[in-house]
Amino acid sequence: MTTDVINDQSEHDSHDGEHHDHKMTGLKRWLYTTNHKDIGSMYLWFSFIMFLTGGVMALVIRAELFQPGLQIIEPDFFNQMTTVHGLIMVFGAIMPAFTGLANWMLPMMVGAPDMALPRLNNWSFWILPFAFAILLSSFFMESGAPNFGWTFYAPLSTTYSNGSTAFFVFAVHIMGISSIMGAINIVVTIMNMRAPGMTYMKMPLFVWTFFITAYLLIAVMPVLAGTVTMVLTDTYFGTSFFDAAGGGDPVMFQHIFWFFGHPEVYIMILPAFGIVSTTIPAFSRKKLFGYSSMVYATASIAFLSFIVWAHHMFTTGMPLFGELFFMYCTMLIAVPTGVKVFNWAATMWRGSISFETPMLFSIAFVILFTIGGFSGLMLAMTPVDFQYHDTYFVVAHFHYVLVTGALFSIFAGAYYWLPKWTGYMYNDTLSKWHFWCSLISVNLLFFPMHFLGLAGMPRRIPDYALQFADFNKWVSIGGFAFGLSQLIFLVLVIKCVKGGEKAPAKPWDGAEGLEWTVPSPAPYHTFETPPKID
Amino acid sequence: MNNGEPQDKVSKQAQVNAKDVSVKKTVKKLMLIVFGMFGFGFAMVPLYDVFCDITGLNGKPSNVAATYNAATIDTERTITVQFLTRTAKGIPWKFEPMMNEIKVHPGERKTVKFYAKNESVNDIVGQAVPSVSPGRAAVYFQKIECFCFNSQPLKSTEDVEMGLQFYVDLDLPDDVSTITLSYTLYDITSSVDS
Repeated sequence: MTTDVINDQSEHDSHDGEHHDHKMTGLKRWLYTTNHKDIGSMYLWFSFIMFLTGGVMALVIRAELFQPGLQIIEPDFFNQMTTVHGLIMVFGAIMPAFTGLANWMLPMMVGAPDMALPRLNNWSFWILPFAFAILLSSFFMESGAPNFGWTFYAPLSTTYSNGSTAFFVFAVHIMGISSIMGAINIVVTIMNMRAPGMTYMKMPLFVWTFFITAYLLIAVMPVLAGTVTMVLTDTYFGTSFFDAAGGGDPVMFQHIFWFFGHPEVYIMILPAFGIVSTTIPAFSRKKLFGYSSMVYATASIAFLSFIVWAHHMFTTGMPLFGELFFMYCTMLIAVPTGVKVFNWAATMWRGSISFETPMLFSIAFVILFTIGGFSGLMLAMTPVDFQYHDTYFVVAHFHYVLVTGALFSIFAGAYYWLPKWTGYMYNDTLSKWHFWCSLISVNLLFFPMHFLGLAGMPRRIPDYALQFADFNKWVSIGGFAFGLSQLIFLVLVIKCVKGGEKAPAKPWDGAEGLEWTVPSPAPYHTFETPPKID
Repeated sequence: MNNGEPQDKVSKQAQVNAKDVSVKKTVKKLMLIVFGMFGFGFAMVPLYDVFCDITGLNGKPSNVAATYNAATIDTERTITVQFLTRTAKGIPWKFEPMMNEIKVHPGERKTVKFYAKNESVNDIVGQAVPSVSPGRAAVYFQKIECFCFNSQPLKSTEDVEMGLQFYVDLDLPDDVSTITLSYTLYDITSSVDS
């Protein structure tokens, strides 16, 4: 790699890759930065803080549910906890974590010096803290925080709102704008900034999944913005989009919301596929099995996500044809997802596997995500969904795909690239503790929820019938254990940032990709001269 | 990689400019999608109504007066039409059908009455919103005249008998023998005032 500098005359001051004296110091550096690595780090830290915030709310919920009866909090506050926990985990933890990974890794993986729109990048991060400040500030107001569920079904969020709707709507608007800007940046970067020779089908699968995810975001976040706008005008400006009295229809809310909501769940899982498709080949020391089928499978899942939304609404009284259509389309998604799972298994098959922590999280991802996928298939069956709908079975399902799925993949990615980010190897013992504590506690936390749901325990209730007491006790113990296990990760990351064993440019011998051709820690500026890809 | 030559710098510069142009193009296209999808969210509102009208999905009957032109009455079949009423939260009205059910032949025109009384001290404007069950029968239930087409203002303690004239379409699927028509009454005083 040469160190010559090409003065690209773009907005940011260009300087030598090895010396970055112009870098501002202190707070200003972080406020004004347009560097993709800085912004990536801020996204990741922000998402971790949000993860802990949402986690505390989950622990409040689990503390209340430890025993039947109401002991710690009032039902209304319980509803606020479930609502804001969901919002924070979806929009504050998982999505920004993926955007952070994208910021850090995408430019390096495609051999670009930075994201295509660095100034926009700065904005899309810095409006996020304001969005969550607005959302969280509602806790300190007379009305309290939103209590209508993260899905904000009308008329709960309109006619029966506790007065927090406006704060909720503006917070979601800002989160949406941030996501859209981030997604535009990702698409533009991938389409325009690839190193010469890197054709679409030569891009790492990580890049592909973010590319497709970004398109999903661009397509559905505006629909969410429209939905919350309708809720806002219904609540405060006398429109009747969802108000039957004025000719509107509350069921229509669910159609519009889930038209956004279903692609949204794939927004939270497709990047996870990209991460484990990077780590599993690295630690199996084999090429990813079926690269192009992985690309097509991801694209098919993205397409199908637009025509399955009403499987969230089987019990609203759809005609039989509608129920069958949405049932079969939903089940169809199992095909490309199955392709992926089998490809990961085939990648590991006869590989010389080693079990470093990123690999442990990746393997756990494959197994536990598949469990979540299977419970999803059960929920897809219309007749049985009538029994499972709105029970803890649903809670178990989406926590398996989002916690042991999305979150575990983020951990896998974090461990995989931490040496590249910090220049130091993480503490291996701590990381193993983090993995095993998380793995055991997360299953104690979410697996019994399946049984609770099948036995009929409804979601979103602060109190329950006595026969559910035993399982709930175990679930709560698992919840607290899982929450505390995450502090190990916090300690590990802080230690790793501060120092440790020096990491070589490529600490994993099976790893592939341009990011490993630059030194560790990655210099402030990389690939000012694009690398050549054969 | 050999750079540093002046010509190379020029061509690099040209490349950078070309890249800027293509970046701008992509951004513009993506912004179009963003605005398009924002509009699509709102377009789903009328689309949904059209879709419900055509399919009768959701038990949402048409809110437009039907013209009665059935020349034949199918006396072979008898359909039971049941009437249900409920008042939404916060409207202190008495609201009930004056008969709970009626037998009709498809194609036959019938008139039924509903009774409403404002039992509060305030003047209130009410609006009844119909729903038909089973949902797929909705498109075959034709209202010629209905109090639900308009809002109903009632002064304090005033009462009214409201009429509904309807017929059941001849094409009603064979397996439907009972249709339930349910009205929910809403208080729309505030939106009428403003």
